[in-house]
Order: sequence, then structure tokens, then C-alpha cells
Amino acid sequence: MVTEKAFLSRSLSCRRQFLGSAGAATLALTSAPALADTVVKLLLPGGPDERPMTTAFPQKGALILQRTRPPLLETPFEVFDQSLLTPNDRFFVRWHWAVIPTAVNVDTFRLTVHGRVNQTLSLSLNDILALPRVELVAVNQCSGNSRGYFQPRVPGGEWSHGAMGNARWTGVRLKDVLERAGVKADAIQVRFNGMDEPVVEDAPDFMKSLDIDHARDGEVMLAYAMNGEQLPLLNGFPLRLIVPGWYSTYWVKMLNDIEVLDQPDTNYWTKTAYRIPDTPRANIRPGETDVKFVPISRMVPRSFITNIKDGDRLQAGAPTLARGIAFGGDSGVSRVDFSSDGGKSWQAAALGTDEGKYSFRQWQLRFAAPTRGDQVLMVRCTSSSGAVQPDTPNWNPSGFMRNVIERTAVVVA
Amino acid sequence: MVGALLPVALVVGIAFAPFCAQAESQLSLKSVNFDLPSGDGMFPSGPGADAINNNCLACHSADMVLNQPALSKAQWEARVNLMRTVYKAPIDPKDAGAIVDYLVSIKGVK
Repeated sequence: MVTEKAFLSRSLSCRRQFLGSAGAATLALTSAPALADTVVKLLLPGGPDERPMTTAFPQKGALILQRTRPPLLETPFEVFDQSLLTPNDRFFVRWHWAVIPTAVNVDTFRLTVHGRVNQTLSLSLNDILALPRVELVAVNQCSGNSRGYFQPRVPGGEWSHGAMGNARWTGVRLKDVLERAGVKADAIQVRFNGMDEPVVEDAPDFMKSLDIDHARDGEVMLAYAMNGEQLPLLNGFPLRLIVPGWYSTYWVKMLNDIEVLDQPDTNYWTKTAYRIPDTPRANIRPGETDVKFVPISRMVPRSFITNIKDGDRLQAGAPTLARGIAFGGDSGVSRVDFSSDGGKSWQAAALGTDEGKYSFRQWQLRFAAPTRGDQVLMVRCTSSSGAVQPDTPNWNPSGFMRNVIERTAVVVA
Repeated sequence: MVGALLPVALVVGIAFAPFCAQAESQLSLKSVNFDLPSGDGMFPSGPGADAINNNCLACHSADMVLNQPALSKAQWEARVNLMRTVYKAPIDPKDAGAIVDYLVSIKGVK
């Protein structure tokens, strides 16, 4: 049984994390020209699977360049082996529209709260900072994280597993903000809009809505800090909606407009986009018709080995450390099981520090690779609500909600 | 720009260091002003390259398309149609066919 000490040595304190990210920034400065020539292989079936690494984006270290404009930047997977919290400068980035304000003045910024409220609010950042402060560690994961592994392949951002991150979010409860405005009795949804805009004028502005009870559940937050620092511009400075346990499409960035609605939101991004089959695991057969689609919402459990890669060589019979991360999705991690024989037998892993039910949870164990030859390592998360990762992948036309037990092929010699 | 970033990060880090230990300490936010990469690279040359360069690059860089897997002609038609009808890309109707043909030539299912 592994002791907690091993985890403590790997999980960074806030202060050490800051020092670490400053060090990474320095490194990025000195190595930027070389990184421009660095290519990462994502092993996506059928390809293309080579992507350049980039350090060209403000407040960001080395990230995988999926799209330059509007930016889609992926966290290199080794970052998840280094700390429980994903450093701000390595945190993934995803924007829908290319008109992104590149200058934000903290003195003139205002958040408007309007619609079905007793009084319209225009809040400065100081007004918001004066509200009761809350903190929460939560995973932010793109609906299409790991889309590149769908077979048959589907169009979209062709992510590997790095369109996710885990951060300590600091801010205020949405509930407290809505209470200040006074929500009218006929309110049914709350719509969130950020400062980004489409390039083409009549294209649909990016907005998302939550039901009023969800918006007032006391967990949904407006965050002004991430891992103890103000948000990077590309992660939504100065304010971002935090919807714990839900996919990041709802986590509206550069949030400056909250509208309380007395009708269901009919805007494209809420009503039409980001929909999944209303089936278990959002799973259908390719080409299947007559399927009912519903909005994507809660996340499902996932887990990853972070210290052993596909193709690594292990020594037969030698004690080997396996470690990684797991998350329960919309609830905590109940257990993590590991298999070194392709799923024939499983053993429970030791779990690391519990930072709350919405956080990554580190896990680790020692095993001895049994027999020489090709072997498959697997890791499986069971959430505290009882959801277990499945052993076959789901498929849907948008490439959403992958959570199959991932396989790491190694050679035991 | 990058030269200015590091001192800012250090100042923020020092100001925020006590915040890690004590959640109720003061926190102040600093205005930001950055440039983003333009992402103005063109598509590889070939028949229809002018049509895709002229109609598609206003909204997104070419790398998004070049990173896509091979898709069927019907899938590419659906994609171009989505860009026109939902995302309101001002694609000249006479160019839409040329864009699809170009996509099939570089990213078609073989």
C-alpha cells in the first residue's frame, strides 16, 4: 500500500506552484525558437496526428496547436503527471469565434445582470470582489475532449486527451449575484454571454443558458481567479462562469452579460448546438437515425495513466510504479482500479489528496508486469455515484463524452 | 510583449502569495493588453485553393481544416453547408462546389 507521503511530494502547494509556473515561463522564453520546430504525435487513428507545439500565445507556455484562430490549444499530456492542479500557463484553450477582446480594462469592465429581475445591475470588478468569496477545485473539460479517438472519425477539434484541466477557482456564487438583482417569480432560465463575438455580424453570438434552479444552487460560480492568480486572457479574464461537474461549453468566458429569462432560451448554442443522443453514454451506431438529441450536461468518470506512455518498455517481474489521475465527472472518485493484463484482473489503486468531488484525484500503485511480450495497461474509475467507465467506446456524430477505459500498450522485456 | 509578461507575473505572484494561505486576504486584478497570433497561413495550392482561401480564412485559420481526418464528399458538403447556413459564412454560392472539391482532393476518403 502506498502511503500519502508519495502524493504529498508530488502535489504542489500554492506557493510552490506559482514558483513552478514562473520557472516554466522563463524556460518558454529561452526555448521558444526551438519549440516552433517541435512536433507532437497524438496517435489519432488514420491521422493526421502531428501537431506543432506553440509558445506564441500570451500568458501561455508550451501547448499543442490545434487551431491558431480562434485559438484551440491543448495541454500536453505529461503536464497531468506533474501536479494535481493544472498550471494556468499550460491550461487548455478553446474559443468559438475569432473576435476576442485582447485588451481588458479592470476599471471600466462591467457585468450586466438584466431581464426578469427587480433591478438591473451593472457591477464593476470591485463590486464583485466585495461579495462573499468562495473557492472550489473543479475539472474543466471540453465536451469533445479525446474526439480524435472516435472511430469512425468525426469532424471538429481533433483533440487528444488534453482538452481538460483541473484548477482552484476563486470567485463569488452566482446565487449571490442573482439575489442582489432580485429574480422575478416567472424566471425559468439564466443566459450567459461573454465579450467574444462572431466575425460575421449575423452569425450566432456564443451564449449558454442554465435552468434557474441550477443557476441558484450555490455551486455555480463567477470566478475571477484561477490557481490563486487572475485568469489568463485566453481562459476568460476577467470573469468566467464555473459550472462544477458540467462540460466546459457552459463555462462562459469573459462573462459580461447575465440575462434572466421567462422563456426557454432559443439561441443556437443552447437550443441546437452541443447536443447528444438521449441514450446511455450518448452512444449510437454510426448512421443510426430516429435518435432523440438533448443538450449535453453532466460529465462522466474518466481516468488516465500519466507516467507510462504507449510503446514504453517495462522490465518483467520488476516492481513498477503506475500513477495518474481520475475524476468522477459530476461526483467524486469512489475507487480507481488498475489492470496490467489487458483487463483480465484488476487491483485497487491508492488515492491521493481529496480536493473535493469535482477535482482530479491522483492515484498510484506498484505492480510487477507478469509476462514478457506485448501487454495492455488499463485504469478504471468508479464515481461516488456508482458510475463506472465502460470497456467499449461510445460513438456519436459530434464526438462528445468519450469515457471508455483507456488502454496503454507496453512491451514487457 | 513577452518581455513585459514576466514582470507582471511576478508582481501578481507576490501580491497573491498570501491569498493561497488565507482566502480572505485582498485580491486585486490588473488590466491586460496582448496580441494574438494572426493565423493567416494559406491552404496548400491546388485546384480550388483560391476559393477556400478567399471564403474561409476570415473566420478561422487553415490549420483547423488541415488537422481534420479524411471525410467523404457528403460529409464535406454538410460541413461547408453548416458554415454557410448556420455560421453565416459569406461564401459565394458559385464557390461552394469548388471548396468541397478542394476539400475532397486534400482530405477525401480514399
